[in-house]
Amino acid sequence: MDKVRLQREAAFIRSSLLDQGYLDEQFIQLEELQDNDNPNFVEEVVTLFYTDSARLIYNIDQALLSNPTDFTKLDDYMHQFKGSCSSIGAKKVKNECNGFGEYCEVQNYDGCFRTFQQIKQEYITLKKKLETYFQLLKEAAQIK
Amino acid sequence: MDNNGCLPCTRREGFPAGLRVLVVDDDPTWLKILEKMLKKCSYQVTTCCLATEALKKLRERKDAFDIVISDVNMPDMNGFKLLEHVGLEMDLPVIMMSVDGETSRVMKGVQHGACDYLLKPIRMKELRNIWQHVLRKRIHEGREFESLEGFDFEGIHHLMRNGQDQCCDDVSLFALEDCISSTRKRKDADNKHDEREFGDSSSTKKARVVWSVDLHQKFVQAVNQIGFDKVGPKKILDLMNVPWLTRENVASHLQKYRLYLSRLQKQRDQKKCSSSGIKNPDLNPKDPGSSSIKNSMNKQQNVVSIDGFRCPNNGLVQLHESDFTVSELNKTEQRRALATNNIIPDPNMTKVSQIVLNQTFSPLNSEGNIEVFDCTIPTQYTWNQVPKRKLQDDPKSQSIASMVSSPSAASSIASSAVDNIIPVQSKSLMVNDQSSVTSNPGLKTQEFDASLIPELEFYQQNLLWGGEAAFSPLEEDLNFFLLQSECYNDMNFGMHNIDTSDYYYDPGLIADVPNHLLYDSADYSVVDQSLFIA
Repeated sequence: MDKVRLQREAAFIRSSLLDQGYLDEQFIQLEELQDNDNPNFVEEVVTLFYTDSARLIYNIDQALLSNPTDFTKLDDYMHQFKGSCSSIGAKKVKNECNGFGEYCEVQNYDGCFRTFQQIKQEYITLKKKLETYFQLLKEAAQIK
Repeated sequence: MDNNGCLPCTRREGFPAGLRVLVVDDDPTWLKILEKMLKKCSYQVTTCCLATEALKKLRERKDAFDIVISDVNMPDMNGFKLLEHVGLEMDLPVIMMSVDGETSRVMKGVQHGACDYLLKPIRMKELRNIWQHVLRKRIHEGREFESLEGFDFEGIHHLMRNGQDQCCDDVSLFALEDCISSTRKRKDADNKHDEREFGDSSSTKKARVVWSVDLHQKFVQAVNQIGFDKVGPKKILDLMNVPWLTRENVASHLQKYRLYLSRLQKQRDQKKCSSSGIKNPDLNPKDPGSSSIKNSMNKQQNVVSIDGFRCPNNGLVQLHESDFTVSELNKTEQRRALATNNIIPDPNMTKVSQIVLNQTFSPLNSEGNIEVFDCTIPTQYTWNQVPKRKLQDDPKSQSIASMVSSPSAASSIASSAVDNIIPVQSKSLMVNDQSSVTSNPGLKTQEFDASLIPELEFYQQNLLWGGEAAFSPLEEDLNFFLLQSECYNDMNFGMHNIDTSDYYYDPGLIADVPNHLLYDSADYSVVDQSLFIA
């Protein structure tokens, strides 16, 4: 494919992610940090995020399965997860986490459970979009 | 671009470039981002994902970092605890971070002594300014020492009054003077690089007058001759007949002398109704002279607040707040109180302090200058807090710094044993005074019990004198109390997250916890031995 076209597609994904609130300013911050020393900084960070947060998601899933439900633990995990999401600017995911926190507080298991499914949904959606985005960038970079 | 190729202690580029930052966060993504951000600010970054690891790094080389940035929520240790530790042991500025910006949390952070609380996501511009915390701290400490122009009133007067009662008056005097000159030498050697960095602040410092015993004696004679109520700097100066002394020197010395006397008066009043364990809420004298010092102290983390520590009746000394070591109930004190509440077992502390006192101050005990010991455990921590890189060109500040940086409890006990609390500088002289009284003149560590020397070496690389040596075990003891209880407090929490069902976690992590405990108890036993070296 044409280099310029690839780049344009990537840019389109990027701006739609930002416009639609999937990503926020933090993502732009990451882009600004990228330089010649770390030419793939953003991608590295995002990859790190997805790797690390996978474990947090697993923890939450497990905690939701355990009986009796330990809401303190759930809240803790969610707090960590939320902090992680803020690192790449995963806005929508982060917002969903607030809802989860509220359900935790009132110890509403169903609320927690449902919210978490939504969180995972958003999480995966964003992941896919970002994967496409970086893939396009990579392909574009490979073309001379 | 990180242009800092210099060693930590020789930062040639202008401050704040090369600022040595320790970042602690269990989130690897944030750790990576922060590292990059800080590097872009031309700071020297070290990252840590465990609080325990961070503490270890900090303890390994006390002088290795300028500032610590830490997340609040970490699996192995609560960020606030880390904050306390760092503040107590290393007295570095600590910045807290969290995704949670709830006021109560922020307040908690500030109360624990955080100099800033950042909300995640953190912007680079927020990190750019962190150097101001480092600078502010240093300036404050500088100001503290400066305003003291320290003089060991109590020590000198003690000597003058009880010359014959002491082992050797000459020896004591000699020791004091030796102390002054040696600390000045050391200070010059150690702090040259700091002077370069703080060009601005050095302009605010004046040449120091060293108020030696002789000089002070002349001063007192002059005052007595004139009559205390009629006294004035000019008159004193004339009578003293010391050509190089200026009116300002005398004026400030007179001010301190007055404060000292008024404090003495208060203590005498309190002596009448004192017994062990009586809380002494004696705050700073209301002297106008002291208030400015007080104000500058307010922000100090290394302020000593002394009240509430109970000691069984064993003839220990009562600490009174000195005019420089503010007794104000400031945030630091609260934080110290918080620290105390968590941990320190009183009886142990007392025992330790007893040992120290019995060992070092028995001759003084007999003298009746000693009043009931009354200080908080928090106090001891705060003593500890003065960081190494302190004031730049004040010869005495070096001594103070080192004195203060030695395990605080002992030093506070020690100094109080001799007399009441004194301006920081004089304390150092005090300590020296005591050691000279009980052991020998001279301030070098070699004068001290050889068995204590390893402990000494473990501590500050600044001067460690006889007085300090006796105190180091205390600090270690305290540290381990802290660590131990921390283990107990946090173990569950830690284990919470280090769940066997968490596939991501290395089983090795779980093994860490027991090791953590082991580390503590092993060291504790080491301390134990050293404590009983008589």
